[in-house]
Amino acid sequence: MAIETQPDQAHGAGGGAPAHRGRRPWWQRPAIHTALIGAVVGYLLGHVLGNYLAGSGNSLYPNIALSDSSDWPIVLGYLLGVVGWLAGLGVFNDVLRQMIGKPAPLNGVNGGPEHETSGLARYFRYSLDHKVVGIQYLVGMIIYFCTAGLFAMAIRTELLSPTHHVFTSQAYVEIVGEHGTMMMMLMTSVVVGPFGNYLVPLMIGSKRVAFPRIEALSFWLTPAAFLILLSGLLLGGFPFGWTGYAPLSVQSTLGADSYAMAFGLMGISVILAGFNIIVTVICYRAPGMRWSRIPMFVWSMVATSFLFVLAGPVLVGGMYMMLTDRTAQTAFFEDSLGGSSYLYQNLFWFFGHPEVYILALPGFGIVSELIPVFTRKPLFGYRVAAAGMIGVTLLSFFVWQHHLFDSGINPDMRPLFMLTTELISIPTGFIYLVAMGTFWKAKIRFTVPMLFALGMYFNFLIGGISGVFLSDVPADTTEHGSFFVMAHFHYTIMGGLIFAFMGGIYYWLPKMMGIKLNQTLGKWQFWLMFIAFNSTFLPLFAVGMAGQPRRVFEYAQNLQPLNDWVSISSFFLGGSILIFVVNFVWSTVIAREPEIGNPWQSRGLEWQVASPPPPGNFERIPVVLSGPYEYGDKNAQPVADLHPPPGVITAAITGATSVRAEA
Amino acid sequence: MAASAAPSVRSADSGGRNHGLWIFLIWLPIALAADLLIYFVWGPHLPPGTMSNTAQSQQFDIKVMAVMAAPVMAGVLVYFGYALVVWRQRDGDDSDGPAIHGHAGIQAAWITVTSVIVLSLAVFGTYELAWKGMDGAGAGQGPSPIWKPAGGTPLQVQVIGQQWRFTYRYPQFGGFETTDLVLPVGQAVQFNVTSLDVIHDFWAYQLGVKADANPGVNNVAYTTPTHTGVVTVRCDELCGLWHGAMFNYGKVVTMAQFQAWANKTETQLASITAILPPYSTVYDPTVVPQMSKAMQKGGLTGGNGYYYPPNDPVQP
Repeated sequence: MAIETQPDQAHGAGGGAPAHRGRRPWWQRPAIHTALIGAVVGYLLGHVLGNYLAGSGNSLYPNIALSDSSDWPIVLGYLLGVVGWLAGLGVFNDVLRQMIGKPAPLNGVNGGPEHETSGLARYFRYSLDHKVVGIQYLVGMIIYFCTAGLFAMAIRTELLSPTHHVFTSQAYVEIVGEHGTMMMMLMTSVVVGPFGNYLVPLMIGSKRVAFPRIEALSFWLTPAAFLILLSGLLLGGFPFGWTGYAPLSVQSTLGADSYAMAFGLMGISVILAGFNIIVTVICYRAPGMRWSRIPMFVWSMVATSFLFVLAGPVLVGGMYMMLTDRTAQTAFFEDSLGGSSYLYQNLFWFFGHPEVYILALPGFGIVSELIPVFTRKPLFGYRVAAAGMIGVTLLSFFVWQHHLFDSGINPDMRPLFMLTTELISIPTGFIYLVAMGTFWKAKIRFTVPMLFALGMYFNFLIGGISGVFLSDVPADTTEHGSFFVMAHFHYTIMGGLIFAFMGGIYYWLPKMMGIKLNQTLGKWQFWLMFIAFNSTFLPLFAVGMAGQPRRVFEYAQNLQPLNDWVSISSFFLGGSILIFVVNFVWSTVIAREPEIGNPWQSRGLEWQVASPPPPGNFERIPVVLSGPYEYGDKNAQPVADLHPPPGVITAAITGATSVRAEA
Repeated sequence: MAASAAPSVRSADSGGRNHGLWIFLIWLPIALAADLLIYFVWGPHLPPGTMSNTAQSQQFDIKVMAVMAAPVMAGVLVYFGYALVVWRQRDGDDSDGPAIHGHAGIQAAWITVTSVIVLSLAVFGTYELAWKGMDGAGAGQGPSPIWKPAGGTPLQVQVIGQQWRFTYRYPQFGGFETTDLVLPVGQAVQFNVTSLDVIHDFWAYQLGVKADANPGVNNVAYTTPTHTGVVTVRCDELCGLWHGAMFNYGKVVTMAQFQAWANKTETQLASITAILPPYSTVYDPTVVPQMSKAMQKGGLTGGNGYYYPPNDPVQP
């Protein structure tokens, strides 16, 4: 077990050089401004190098020179730009320091000596404190979500009329691609990033995460991916949506490089993030935090992280192959040269289908965490809930070909993939069993987080059941690629994950920032968002069934009333997000109403420490005494002993077996 | 699902109202009414209609799915609605609810019921897909289809996708190529779907046919039209800038009308058909443009030597 009982000493012995060294002025220390400089320098270097490689003067690699490809400068520019961005942040400083034999202490981890315990500047640095990374992720994710949401508003504006166009077809297809890709690649981390990194150590009674540098790196790759994806607009965008099917993506103009590079980077980011969380949960649980006691949110983070590390590499591989097809003239996806465009489809969906569960499981985790608190009852069927998440995780790797029912791959596997797709609704249904059991004879408190959790259950029910329609091959032949599919996954992702994310913000922001969000604005936001969301996406099922394909800018005249209704609803939906942004900024920047206690009377371990938690989370490693959901049980012990007598933990580690027998 | 499990929790309620029974009694009429409405009133009008045997099978599947889904949804929603009304926190009551950690019977019942529903849907779907009359439900089956229509050779129609239009070749009529999709009623049709550039998707909505058009691949889909009328054809796979404008209309006509149309068109286009690349299940897109000289000599003036140049609509 990697529990450090004496963190301060561990650091003190290491030399403590940074603490004694005089602090340089801020502009000389690595932060976001040096990162930007590094990125620009790196990009220019890469661009020059790429021009040389692809230029006619290059006799080293005649194949590349002959390809006459202008993708080289862009791809190498992005690549070295990212390296420069990370170098500017100081990501490599500690690594280099260790290479030359100097100490590289984990500043900010474990509550040890650290020169940035407070102040805004630390949020713009490569910070190793998981609580700083959590806040960085939170703000980042809100920015990414709102940016991609603005693209959605633009799509709906164009679809107000089937014949009169606001955008050119070029602009429209760019907007569709940016919206879809940004949402699907960056929102993978919308919960794991902020809440997973921030709360998992607190929930399992740890002072730190397992790999603080990897965790910080996983965050700092997301702004790079975001900016690279956005920069695709400067290169003419990419005309293939978020799926990037070859050969269209291989043939497309320079904007496609931004897609492949950004998506691949985000793949690396989620692999790193998932790896860190898995090891943290396995190795850093406090004594007494058995697998049968870890909160459901942590279960969902573990499940999602396994999807990250198993599905992510397939994505990175696929994007890498696409880039080499575009630059080095390989032919992985080129049928006439011995490749196969089906290879790309299989790779993409072998990542892509687990990904949609990456976009569902964290939502399950959040709502399962919220309902015991606000029904004042234990979670019904804890084991069933955990089994449901594990079942979804496993099965999600066996369903990807249902995206290819019409693609012309051999049809004999269709019954199998229909079966696996139907089967996955069984473990998904467990989430509802757990919720309904928990609601039985409850004392339901209609707080803002609870409203969002209820909204999630309502929306995901529609999303999940429409998914069963899609699993059936004959029914799917009508629905595939239509607005029906689009409505379906917006119900599961926006209606499920984002509603849960909002609930999580209202629930945990007092914990993370020590301030209260305005609850009245929160209720306004919920009701507007809930009504506008359903009013936007419910009609789209009908629109899709009536024959409107996805990603079109021209549609049948008779579908205009429905499309207009949807567009206007979507503007209200955008308005509800605007309320959220206003509330978030108002409450955290201007009003700053303090919330230090345990406003929800939660038994969660994270609520047993002050808000925001002190550096190092816990004064001492707590000893966990009972599960987190023992509401209504008068005999239940407190969730943890936060101040165990000295020596208890050492005893627990050395004599782990005896403690286990006792508990 | 919900309500089927609910009555067995009666025992948990000591005194007072029998919640399980109440929820069941609210759910039952709603579920029954919903199912009857879906099956008898809404069902016959569900997409994609009844213009072909595959469309009918899709409509039937969607109908059955809806009939299965409605009681499940109603059960969950009735349960949540009931819970929110009856079990909300009363003013001044800060106490916790009962410490119920689980109920083996209910959990087992839930898992059993959902598994039965889901497995029966999978069996049903497989039957609908692989049953003889269904021809693989109109989905593209690739170059070696396994679910074929019974009887003689189906009418062969090749669908060629290119940015951004569909063209059709009729190999049994000399292999002429046209932008008109005309099909006879009551005759099994084999669509051979392929592409000259990127992936498109041939979606004949009313016929219930959907098949990706892949370059270098012959993707076969079957259907048998059962009514005459107009068919909307749309591209259903994002294929570039003008994907949204890639659609046209086809016609299902009587056999006599079809014969007349096909024979007339074959004669009309004979000189052009002679210059076209010979009919084949797939075309090498890199070869087609190189034929331009021969084509121009033969009087074809389409851009790049295509009989039909790529279609780039003008911005309205």
